[in-house]
Amino acid sequence: MRRVVVTGLGMVSPLGGDVETTWKNILASKSGAGTITRFDATDYACRIACEVKPADHEYGFDANRRVDHKVQRQVDPFIVYGIDAAGQALEDAGLTDMPEAERLRAGCSIGSGIGGLPGIESESLVLEHKGPRRVSPHFVHGRLINLISGQVSIKYGLMGPNHAVVTACSTGAHSIGDAARMIAMDDADVMLAGGAEGAICPIGIAGFSQAKALSTNFNDTPERASRPYDIDRDGFVMGEGAGVVVLEEYEHAKARGAKIYAEVVGYGLSGDAYHVTAPHPEGSGAYRSMEMALRKSGLSLADIDYVNAHGTSTPLGDELELGAVRRLFGDAINTMSMSSTKSAIGHLLGGAGAVESIFCILALRDQIVPPTLNLDNPSDSCKGVDLVPHVAKQRKVRAVLNNSFGFGGTNASLVMKAV
Amino acid sequence: MSETADRVKKIVIEHLGVEADKVTEDASFIDDLGADSLDIVELVMAFEEEFGVEIPDDAAEKIGTVKDAIDYINSKQ
Repeated sequence: MRRVVVTGLGMVSPLGGDVETTWKNILASKSGAGTITRFDATDYACRIACEVKPADHEYGFDANRRVDHKVQRQVDPFIVYGIDAAGQALEDAGLTDMPEAERLRAGCSIGSGIGGLPGIESESLVLEHKGPRRVSPHFVHGRLINLISGQVSIKYGLMGPNHAVVTACSTGAHSIGDAARMIAMDDADVMLAGGAEGAICPIGIAGFSQAKALSTNFNDTPERASRPYDIDRDGFVMGEGAGVVVLEEYEHAKARGAKIYAEVVGYGLSGDAYHVTAPHPEGSGAYRSMEMALRKSGLSLADIDYVNAHGTSTPLGDELELGAVRRLFGDAINTMSMSSTKSAIGHLLGGAGAVESIFCILALRDQIVPPTLNLDNPSDSCKGVDLVPHVAKQRKVRAVLNNSFGFGGTNASLVMKAV
Repeated sequence: MSETADRVKKIVIEHLGVEADKVTEDASFIDDLGADSLDIVELVMAFEEEFGVEIPDDAAEKIGTVKDAIDYINSKQ
C-alpha cells in the first residue's frame, strides 16, 4: 500500500485566520467564544458562539486574501472559509503551481456537515416575501456542500478526484481518511482534504438549541461555556471555520523535497446503529472506530501519546467517549494525554475533525499538547486521565489519535505519527 | 441619463467585483467584465430592484453591454 503523508496545513478558526495564529492562541489558553454578533440572539436560549473574527480583529480572518470578491458575494461563509484554508494548505506545501500532469493527479475532498444554512435561510425569506423571481441564480451552487471542492478545483486547476464528505461532525476526519485512501489506492498523488462549517445563523442556533445540544447556562460568560469533562458542562458552543490539509503520496513528497509534517497511518470508521442524536450508551461505535484506526496503524496503544478527543462538552457524549477510550487503552491510558480543543474554539461541526487533526499534527511537530479549558471540576470518571486542564503541556508526542463523532451515529478516528 | 448610468455602473462594480474604470458604456458584461450567464441573471435582478422596472427574459437576453442596460432602463422610466 502506498504511504500517505501530510505536507501542507491551512485553517480558518475563531482564534485565527491561519494555522500559526490559531495554534499560538490555543497554546496561550485563549477562548474564541463570545456573544453572537451575526444576528440579534437576544430571544434565543443560546446567545453565544465561537465566531470567526472580522479582518480588523487582532486574530481576524480577511476573506479578500484568497477569495475572489465575486465568489464571496455568491457563496455561503463555509465555502469562503474552505477556499481560503485550501489555499493556505497548498501554499504551505509549495504546490500552487503544479504542471498539468501533476494537477491531473491532484484532487479535493473537502466536506461540510450542514453546508449553506445561512443562505438557505435568507433566500427562503426572499422567496416568501419577494417571490421566486428574486431568488439568487447562485442560490444552489452557493450553498451545496461539494462546492468547496468544486471552487478549489477550479481556482487551482486540480483535475483529480473531486469529492465531498457529509457525515455531520465526523466530516473533517472522514474527509482526511477517505482522501488518504484515495492516495493509497493510487487514485491520486495529492489530495486537499478537510472540512468547513459556517452555520451561525438564526435557524442554525435555534435548530441545535431545540435539539438540546447547545450550552445555555453561560450566556453571560461565553468563554466559560465550552468545558468538556467538567461537571458543569451543559452542551456545546457552536464554532465555525475550516481546516484543510495537503495529503501526498510519500515518495512523491520525498522526491520533491517537501516538508513532511506527519504520516497518516490509521483510519477507522463505524456506525452506532442506535439513535439519531444520542451516542450509543456503551460508546461501542466510538470504541470500534478507535480500535480499527489503531489496528490499521500497526502501532501499539503505548505508542499513542496524545488523543484529541471529540469532547464537545455535552453531559452524555464526553462521558461515553472517555469510557470507550479507557476500555480501549487499558493501562496505556496512564501515559497518554487527552484534551478537547473545542474548549477553546467551540464545535466546528463538519470542520472539527480537520482542524483538530491539524492540532494533532502541530502537537507532533512542537512536542506540546493543547489544553482543555475550563476543566475546573472534572467528573468522577476522569480520574487517572491527563486531560491537560487549563494550560498546554510540553511532553513527548510520537503518535496521535483524533476522534470525531456525528449525528446519525457516525464515527471516525485517525492515527498519525511523525515520519 | 447620467444618473441612470451611474447607478447601473455602481451595481455592475459591486456585483462583478471589477474596477470602476473598466465599466465603460461599451463594455460587454461577458467579454470585458468576466460575467457568466448567471451573473447576468443576477445583474438584471439588481437592476429591477434598483429602478423598480420589470425586465422580461426576452429583453434581458438582449442586454449585452452596460449601455444596453442603461438604454433599456431609460426607455421604461
